[in-house]
Amino acid sequence: MSDNSTAEAGSGKIPVTVLTGYLGAGKTTLLNRILSEPHGQKYAVIVNEFGEIGIDNDLVVGADEEIFEMNNGCICCTVRGDLIRIIEGLMRRKGKFDAIIVETTGLADPAPVAQTFFVDDDVKEKARLDAVVTVADALWLKDRLKDAPEAKNQIAFADVILLNKTDLVDEGGLREVEARIRAINPYAKIHRTERSNIALDKVLGQNAFDLDRILDIEPQFLKSGDDEGHSHGHDHHDHAHGHDHDHGGLKHYHDEDMQSMSLRTDKPLDPDKFLPWMQDLVAKDGPSILRCKGILSFKDDPDRFVLQGVHMILDGDHQRAWKDGEKRDSRLVFIGRELPQDRIREGFEACIAQ
Amino acid sequence: MTDVPADTPSVIDRTQPVAVGEPIIAAHFIGDTAVFVLAEEALVFAGSNGTQRVAVHGGGILESASDGKRIVTGGDDGKVVVTDGKGASITIVTDAKRRWIDHVAVNAGAIAWSAGKQAFAKAAKGDEKTVEAPSSVGGLAFAPKGFRLAIAHYNGASLWFPNVAAKPELHEWKGSHVGVTFSPDGKFLVTAMQEPALHGWRLADDKHMRMTGYSAKVRSLSWTPGGKWLATSGSTQLILWPFASKDGPMGKQPQLLAPRDTKVVVVAAHPTQEVVAVGFDDGVILLVRLGDGAEVLARKPGNAAVSALAWNTTGAIVVFGTADGEAGIIDLT
Repeated sequence: MSDNSTAEAGSGKIPVTVLTGYLGAGKTTLLNRILSEPHGQKYAVIVNEFGEIGIDNDLVVGADEEIFEMNNGCICCTVRGDLIRIIEGLMRRKGKFDAIIVETTGLADPAPVAQTFFVDDDVKEKARLDAVVTVADALWLKDRLKDAPEAKNQIAFADVILLNKTDLVDEGGLREVEARIRAINPYAKIHRTERSNIALDKVLGQNAFDLDRILDIEPQFLKSGDDEGHSHGHDHHDHAHGHDHDHGGLKHYHDEDMQSMSLRTDKPLDPDKFLPWMQDLVAKDGPSILRCKGILSFKDDPDRFVLQGVHMILDGDHQRAWKDGEKRDSRLVFIGRELPQDRIREGFEACIAQ
Repeated sequence: MTDVPADTPSVIDRTQPVAVGEPIIAAHFIGDTAVFVLAEEALVFAGSNGTQRVAVHGGGILESASDGKRIVTGGDDGKVVVTDGKGASITIVTDAKRRWIDHVAVNAGAIAWSAGKQAFAKAAKGDEKTVEAPSSVGGLAFAPKGFRLAIAHYNGASLWFPNVAAKPELHEWKGSHVGVTFSPDGKFLVTAMQEPALHGWRLADDKHMRMTGYSAKVRSLSWTPGGKWLATSGSTQLILWPFASKDGPMGKQPQLLAPRDTKVVVVAAHPTQEVVAVGFDDGVILLVRLGDGAEVLARKPGNAAVSALAWNTTGAIVVFGTADGEAGIIDLT
């Protein structure tokens, strides 16, 4: 959406890409690619370990991954203290780089990194989270999703997923692992890669806050699931080993503990009901909500309202006016653990303006 | 109120602009020479015979400190540089791993710096000593007397005697501490926190003082003469905490002056009188008298936030710098 990205560019905030991925998935390979390919862009890179990057660049900064709790009464509100300090320091050299890339360790939870960009006012003023990019190992991801909660978190948080090392897995295997990813996060863009080889414009400058694009990717299986009145209740199924359905050749898994849900209405919402409801929801269920995103149409409001959140933290603002002829509807998605889906759905519907 | 009232007395016509032209992060005086610290690479000396640019770092300058005789700077080039009043600079140390020098402090020739978790101190005549803090260092400050350094970090601040083998004395308070200062009498230690609050300890008995009510992180702290008040940024007005009594601000309300609807970003207390120069996010500078709250306009709104304020030792001259490189010298005599 070009008008949207112009608005972002106009803010003068430096875009930040967070690069995650389980140990050995191919993060460093991707990073080296970003730093060495001729693309005319200059990146400041915050790495977790010096030396892995084979590039001499005075804008490569080592980080300590120091995770701090905020004293703001919310239990899951953690931030990366070192990131606050480094971004502030990098801003001394504003004009010397176009974007920032933050590499996290293989075992990192992306939440504190993402939350840093919503919680710290100084960081928020100068930088904006562009996208969380997760590199996943096509051969091993399925196993890691079973035994490594970190790997699952990284998939759940992703805006873009590189399904890497596709040369090691056959087509059936790739479809299988993609279905597993979709079961956790149907909203991320998945790219198949070998040796992290990808056109960088598919990874960087994603403007993940450009929610239109992400929310427009109504995943096929979710649609078909809903069309068939498929129940997402857990009472009918034995989830011990997951299960699959077949919708026209597309495998459909349910993850045992992580789900996503999507809400939509073409009736305007009442902001005086919606915002307090949302705040109350994340205050109570924040620990189980990993991410939420939405574009909302409020009653008697000419502007689109965009919202995104991580656990208990919400960040929302008017984005731009609804255009003539543009369909005014509200879309809201959640990814989380054991989401109280019925309660969320009922709460959302109660916010429709009368 | 958005604008400073039109009938506010003004000293704007006493401003002599200084051609700096690059983002400024701090200002100091060495004698009567104003020195502006740039966000990158250099210091700009503004003396009676024009300006002089002194290159000190090969990159961003992360922090500066001055004891009135020299300026210490830490850079993202891993260097600690000391520059004297003539503009002669010496690199004191280059970090072996080229880590950023995040913080610096100076007092009567003793200097200190930090890189990540590690803090270093060097007496005027002595060797470099080092200690590892429990987490990344958030700020450094020398005690007014003696070779003693306060180190702010996660969950508190540590007081370290670099010449003593003993472990630093830990003053705990939950949360991330991102700045630190001693009261001029050395009796109180105050930290700025990641949250919009200050925390204080009375060092005699480690009693806690919570100073809250801010709307933003407190990034600028300045003691009025004799340490009677601690002037602070972090709100849309100047907030001053009383430290004259032995209990400090315990159980007391702060003094609130110069309310506007834009954030105070830099404060600098006059060296001899109860006056504070207050720099705002919109570029306005007010000189505010404690007691009656009288205001004098020293700068009108500009294109960028005020980023530096400093008084000379007599308090006859105040200098300012902004985030977009405007600077000026205001002679009040």
